[in-house]
Amino acid sequence: MREDLSFIELSARERARHLLDDGSFRELLGPFERITSPWLEPQGIVTQADDGMVVAKGTLNGQPAVVAAVEGAFQGGSMGEVSGAKMAAALELAAEDNRNGIPTQAVLLLETGGVRLQEANLGLAAIADIHAAIADLRRYTPVVGIIAGTVGCFGGMSIAAGLCSYLIVTREARLGLNGPQVIEQEAGIDEYDSRDRPFIWSMTGGEVRYRSGFADVEVEDALHQVRAAMLDCLARGVPGQHRSERYDYYLPKLTQFDSRQQADAAVVAQLFTREDRA
Amino acid sequence: MSTQTKSRGDYWFSLLTQGGEERCGQCASVRVADGDLDGQAARFIAVVPDADNHYPRAARGEVGLLEGWTLAQVVSEAVAADQNQTQKRAIVAIIDVPSQAYGRREEAFGIHQALAGAAGAYAAARLAGHPVIGLIVGKAMSGAFLAHGYQANRLIAFNDDGVMIHAMGKASAARITLRSVEALEKLAASIPPMAYDIGHYRSLGLLDQLLDIRDPQRATQQELALVRQTLATAIADSRQQGCGLENRLGADNRRSSALVRERMRAEW
Repeated sequence: MREDLSFIELSARERARHLLDDGSFRELLGPFERITSPWLEPQGIVTQADDGMVVAKGTLNGQPAVVAAVEGAFQGGSMGEVSGAKMAAALELAAEDNRNGIPTQAVLLLETGGVRLQEANLGLAAIADIHAAIADLRRYTPVVGIIAGTVGCFGGMSIAAGLCSYLIVTREARLGLNGPQVIEQEAGIDEYDSRDRPFIWSMTGGEVRYRSGFADVEVEDALHQVRAAMLDCLARGVPGQHRSERYDYYLPKLTQFDSRQQADAAVVAQLFTREDRA
Repeated sequence: MSTQTKSRGDYWFSLLTQGGEERCGQCASVRVADGDLDGQAARFIAVVPDADNHYPRAARGEVGLLEGWTLAQVVSEAVAADQNQTQKRAIVAIIDVPSQAYGRREEAFGIHQALAGAAGAYAAARLAGHPVIGLIVGKAMSGAFLAHGYQANRLIAFNDDGVMIHAMGKASAARITLRSVEALEKLAASIPPMAYDIGHYRSLGLLDQLLDIRDPQRATQQELALVRQTLATAIADSRQQGCGLENRLGADNRRSSALVRERMRAEW
């Protein structure tokens, strides 16, 4: 029985395996192929045989699917040239499948701090490719993003999350553009105290992201809940309008907000109540 | 051709859109105008400093909440307007963005989503057949660049010390990787993707053109003509080559990116 498994405690590979239909998991560019980062070794950093990215094909409810899962335990789930290219290539091939009449679905497990700074510009370029590929693929089939925890989803990959057709989060998830340390570094401790965990949770935690409409589903940390939510999102089909296309909703709110006020959880709740969304 | 402008991006926007029709009504930090290049319709877009920005963390040309969503709006608008045109207008992103906006309101109100709005809109324009060209005249940093420019079919940059394309500023990158700025600079000298100069960036194969402009804040007529001509050529090339980004994958310093695609396709 898989009912009681914690999703968060699973590795990326186990997550992908458990999400796909039983027995359908087939990994592409797996660890035995040893396509590793060419940039880490010269810096004295131990590489990982899969570069921290698991790409698996299989089926979801009997339909062809690909799952790309970031391994948050390797280098903070950061995106290097190889790991980024693996996710981008999977999405590009899924889009090509759809153009060729094969309705391949895609699920992204986003446990990532964003760009791997040791591969800086190639990580950033890979993330741009991922954005391009999501934007392409989501025209044909929903691209479902899942942020479970506990690494969170930050940097350029939070933009990827924002491009997904649907986003599933747990309460333990965090989603934001800039990591707390970087904000504190750039803007000062009065603006953002990176050591104040309850405060950070109240800004970027899974629950507040769901309540304020930046995620579509909040689930408990349980495999069966995550899987059910994923299948439900896929079944909903391509949304009429993606969240990233809703400038007409966001711009007036942000323009009208009295920005002399600093933000807190109550202000966020007031600005983005779920009730006023379509 | 020196003028009083707020930034390099503002300066080049003004130069390239002389005689064009500027859009009004959006936030002051995003300038938009419709003009032409070599007789072809083009929408020019720049993010510029606005000292009185409604969100103070975006006052120096950063891409913040309003900038991200406004970019989404003005790009989507062009796509909608040209929906029934056989020849879609070009979109030229003039890039001089020091960073995304770092702040509490920004995170709380979903700056990641605003930037996704912008990136998604540029990607959609490209997929709809609009040639999208990024002209990098100053900084192109991290999330700001992902939102404003990195979805372009073609990237053109000035060969100049003031041009910088990077994932993170030096001080923050040093802190996050637990290195000193000196150690970081030393590493960057031998690891091309970590380098901060445009020459190393060029070796990654992501640039279509690198243009020599003697002083990017005081262009000559010849230099302006060169930039216009280069943009027009890039637009023509984009129309020929289709809407993907495969043209960025050829460089030796990015060979793993090509290898992964080749092997993934074989196993797919």
